[in-house]
Amino acid sequence: MIPTAFDYARPTSVDEALRLLAQADDAKVLAGGQSLLPVLRMRLNAPDLVVDLGRIDSLRGIRDIGGGGAVAGGGGAIEIGAMTPYHEILASDEIRQELTLLHHAVAEVGDPQIRHRGTLGGSLAHADPAGDCGAVALALEAEMVIAGPSGERVVPAADFFQDLFTTAVGDDELLVAIRFPVHPGWGAGYQKFVRTAQQWPVVAVGACVHLADGKTISEARIGLTNMGPTPLRARAVEEALAGVTPTPEAVGAACAAAADGTSPPSDLNGDADYRRHLATVLARRAVLAAAGHPQ
Amino acid sequence: MTRIELTVDGAKVSDDVEPRLLLVQYLRERLGKTGTVIGCDTASCGACTVHLDGHSVKSCNVLAVQADGAEVTTVEGLATDGALHPVQEAFHEYHALQCGFCTPGMIMQAADLLAENPAPTEEQIRQGLEGNLCRCTGYHNIVRAVQHAAGTPGTTAAPAADGGAA
Amino acid sequence: MTTTEEAPTAEAAHDGEIGRDRRRKEDHRLLTGRTRWTDNIAPPGTLHLAMVRSPYAHARITGIDTRDAQASPNVVAVLTGADLADTQGVLANAWPITTDQVAPEHKPVAVDRVAFAGEIVAVVVARSAAAAVDAAELVDVDYEELPAALDLKDAAAATPENGGALAHPDLGTNNSARWIFDSAEAGTGGDVEDAIAAARSGGILIEREYRQQRLIPAFMEPRSVVVDPTGEQITLWSATQIPHITRFLLAATTGVPESKIRVIAPDVGGGFGGKLQTTPEEWAAFAVARRLGKPVKYTETRSESLLAAHHGRDQWQKLTLAATTDGTVTGLKVELLADLGAYVALVGGGVPVLGAFMFNAIYKFPAYRFDCRTVLTNKTWTDAYRGAGRPEATFAVERLMDELAAELGRDPLEVRRQNWITHDEFPFTTVAGLTYDSGDYESATAQAVEAFGYEDLRAEQARRREERDPVQLGIGISTFTEMCGLAPSRVLGSLNYGAGGWEHAEIRMLPTGKVEVTTGASAHGQGHETAFSQIVADRLGVPYEDVEVLHGDTQVAPRGLDTYGSRSLTVGGEALALAADKVVAKAKPWAAHLLEAAPEDIEFAHGKFTVAGTGEGKTVQEIALAAFAAHDYPEGIEPSIDAEATFDPVNFSFPHGTHLCAVEVDTETGAVSLRKYVCVDDVGTVINPLIVAGQVHGGLVQGIAQALWEEAVYDDAGTLLTGTLADYLVPSAADLISFDAAHRSTPATTNSLGAKGVGEAGTIASTPAVVNAVVDALRPYGVHDVRMPCTPARVWHAIQEGSAA
Repeated sequence: MIPTAFDYARPTSVDEALRLLAQADDAKVLAGGQSLLPVLRMRLNAPDLVVDLGRIDSLRGIRDIGGGGAVAGGGGAIEIGAMTPYHEILASDEIRQELTLLHHAVAEVGDPQIRHRGTLGGSLAHADPAGDCGAVALALEAEMVIAGPSGERVVPAADFFQDLFTTAVGDDELLVAIRFPVHPGWGAGYQKFVRTAQQWPVVAVGACVHLADGKTISEARIGLTNMGPTPLRARAVEEALAGVTPTPEAVGAACAAAADGTSPPSDLNGDADYRRHLATVLARRAVLAAAGHPQ
Repeated sequence: MTRIELTVDGAKVSDDVEPRLLLVQYLRERLGKTGTVIGCDTASCGACTVHLDGHSVKSCNVLAVQADGAEVTTVEGLATDGALHPVQEAFHEYHALQCGFCTPGMIMQAADLLAENPAPTEEQIRQGLEGNLCRCTGYHNIVRAVQHAAGTPGTTAAPAADGGAA
Repeated sequence: MTTTEEAPTAEAAHDGEIGRDRRRKEDHRLLTGRTRWTDNIAPPGTLHLAMVRSPYAHARITGIDTRDAQASPNVVAVLTGADLADTQGVLANAWPITTDQVAPEHKPVAVDRVAFAGEIVAVVVARSAAAAVDAAELVDVDYEELPAALDLKDAAAATPENGGALAHPDLGTNNSARWIFDSAEAGTGGDVEDAIAAARSGGILIEREYRQQRLIPAFMEPRSVVVDPTGEQITLWSATQIPHITRFLLAATTGVPESKIRVIAPDVGGGFGGKLQTTPEEWAAFAVARRLGKPVKYTETRSESLLAAHHGRDQWQKLTLAATTDGTVTGLKVELLADLGAYVALVGGGVPVLGAFMFNAIYKFPAYRFDCRTVLTNKTWTDAYRGAGRPEATFAVERLMDELAAELGRDPLEVRRQNWITHDEFPFTTVAGLTYDSGDYESATAQAVEAFGYEDLRAEQARRREERDPVQLGIGISTFTEMCGLAPSRVLGSLNYGAGGWEHAEIRMLPTGKVEVTTGASAHGQGHETAFSQIVADRLGVPYEDVEVLHGDTQVAPRGLDTYGSRSLTVGGEALALAADKVVAKAKPWAAHLLEAAPEDIEFAHGKFTVAGTGEGKTVQEIALAAFAAHDYPEGIEPSIDAEATFDPVNFSFPHGTHLCAVEVDTETGAVSLRKYVCVDDVGTVINPLIVAGQVHGGLVQGIAQALWEEAVYDDAGTLLTGTLADYLVPSAADLISFDAAHRSTPATTNSLGAKGVGEAGTIASTPAVVNAVVDALRPYGVHDVRMPCTPARVWHAIQEGSAA
């Protein structure tokens, strides 16, 4: 219930935060704290220093960066500061319209209190395989802006998640923003499967789908949550969906491959076989919802 | 030790605290605000819910140092001039509490829910309370009470101590 | 008949106190945070305790090095079991169910061996809780791991000869006790083996094995204890259901005179049986406070609570039901294994025995046998959890009645009707030897069926089956009864229980007209202050507002047996009613004297004594003032109209009800969602309908949670995997629906209130209703059982296996 003692720093700029991290041997970055505090209280981690990003105003906010961002594809993009809390993302009309999948996923994170404090950047950097937003960042082909001692670098979501609780962010670096290419006209479906409402997902599937002529799927992007140590793309399903008319049968057939290449855990919420099956059902439902044909 | 200054239930307070001190421990142990309680260690039960700058948070999942400069409202600051807040009144009228341990957090979350959505459906009430556990009532009467409070004038008004939205 | 759905009635609309929707007196302090939980209490100079707990399920303690912890800042002492050996006492088992029961000694702080993960091995005392927790990490304990008895069936079969792991090697067995009831031997019915043999040759035999999973009571307020040894008495505050029993056992096991101990249960945040315990933490705190002469406090974390506070249920049930081909039940055989965990808890050994009388439920079984073995394992000890024994029995028989109906191809309601006791057969002596005094199963069921829309839902179910809808509808039935009001002391004595079952009450008529009431039933959320005020106001005819109910402090309410087993109203409430009657009787000669009339001409009604035929009178409150002054009163009586009463019931009470549940099962994912839940409970006379409905709602959810979500799970090393509320799934509002909970009343005949008890009814009834609904949904898929909790994964696998068969 009581964390071990630690030193505390509250920088007001990214540079100051980076200097603190560079000097520390064993520092933990505190974003919204909604995952970190339970870890500290259960004494599963006992850092010497906690660096609280809560007073760095530049890390907070939702910005339309147009086509000028580094986002691949050349379309518009929205940049979300790493310290932007979920409830602000949820309240953004821009995100609801242009990044509908992210809106749906954020609405399902934790509970209202958690969404008031928890941040998108904190959650992505924590990289819990059951986190709601990792798979969505993958599906939306987001880019992660990472600041370090030698400046900023941009890492595609596909290269960001490296292992269980492990990302491309180094010990002396910070995730400062997430850039999402906007998906105007794309449909979105998010299927989170839980045993009780406030639980982390047993499995979740995020799908965004673009329809050619409003009829046939021209492109689909599917992200899987808790189907392995990192969030995953269901590439086989995406390929199988291209050119498909989104009937329940056709989508169902394409989604039979949803668990290909995954390595889901077995735990109290379900064994790996069950999770593999669940992924196919949730993928079908997410894609159909995204295509405007919810079951 | 880190110096913090904040406003709690309308009163300015200032203390030197260990960085590891949780906001809920600060409220209970340093300020004597024992109305707010601790029910778990994983931010699961919501019993410790308070309002931080006008939004509900689990005060066991916030460090006291993070609340420096903030306005905090606890269940003890919700009633104004001796009159119960409409959510408190509705909990009494609809028998929405038994042992009462989850009640402070449940009430603070219900007040936040109604501030964000003054006319929620039953489904929205249930979703809005998903982060608060009660072991006594089966939630039936809690949902009724919140429905009732939603129709009561003054429910979404800010409590005096809180400055911001309830 | 009253229904309690939707808006409660306005208080003013009701002129009597009994049956009135009084809003609770308790609420204001709880709503505004002016509460007194044990953790709020800190006498000056309080020291804080942290417990060092065993990470191993079973190990020998080969050494404890406390030097680093002792040297840690602000640490006052570090005490091991050896340090406390002479003073810590032992934790008692108050219900040895057989004279040859095998039970290990249970020291609060382990001395040389630990028998479950979470057992306390040392206590750190420091000036702050943080300092104590920091230092606890520095206590270096050397363990030598021993083989752990974990699986219940394996443990029951283990012997020194076959090399199976023994929870306590020195005992030579894991089998603690065997307890048998046989109707042929008891003379209450026939021989069940004859019934089974007959069913085997030309009847119907239903043989099933059901698992009652291990549950955790998970009261919202973690346990907390404060001990102040300064002053003449040692005061112990505890978040407990049982201050009186705790005081008695502290004295009995530590040698401190009972008169030197005061136990206070202040505001207590739920119990559900989980705080019906004398705990290692209380005993350790008591010993440390005495040793140091300073107040000490210990409040557990939720993780510690889930790990070390007692668990509940955990049985294997092997069941054989015999019936004729026309659906008439002819016999029931029950063979149980019950997991005690590492120690025989306060009443833990007796929990399955409480179920022994309930397997036959509301049905007319002509033959019955119950054979139970209690088994020690290296897991957290088990004891009462809401319902205690009766949910297990009700689950088994209600599942079996559905299985019998499925076997016969008949509606499960019909099969129940064919076999239950009809309303004109009361009082009815059952095959288990109990006499049910009252009830009306037909009317409760008819009302529930009507409210549920049973036929419409059956039609929808047929349609979905026909259409092969991936979402199937299931309907579950539970027509239950239970025995409440623990308990007739003579019955408890015959079962070798260590105490009686009476309850005590006192009424003090204050000179200002206020009425101070004490009860030995110590509430922790049930609303005693309100309901008991209503009883006293009704009997004395005084304003409800003038009654103050005091409880939960052995100095304020010295005699009592506390709150559990749905006993508060039927036993404690009745004691209060009897005390009120005594006050009236004592006041009568005063009234006669003051009104200058003969006692036989005095009438009492609505709080006023009047002379028959005149308007002249004195209220009982006026007489209280006269008795205080005592200036003018008859010879031969004492100057007081205060009274106390102790009530010992002659029989249990038997609430019953019909619960109907509809669930939707997503056959693609295995997800179960509640669609509709209707119940009609007969709890006898209702004092406060609002409180009764609240008890039912809360009970329903705990029972539903057993069916769908909750299970305490250990890994192969004996480590609890469900050690936080993120893993042990207590449902939230978002997982549940609103209920249609109504009640009827056939008054109990064993107390003057007519009350039967309501605290456990919902929990007992709802679990089989939900599981029956899940199985009912899946019968077309060849599914006949899903083990609890019916998780989506289990449901999905059951469908795969059923369909493949």
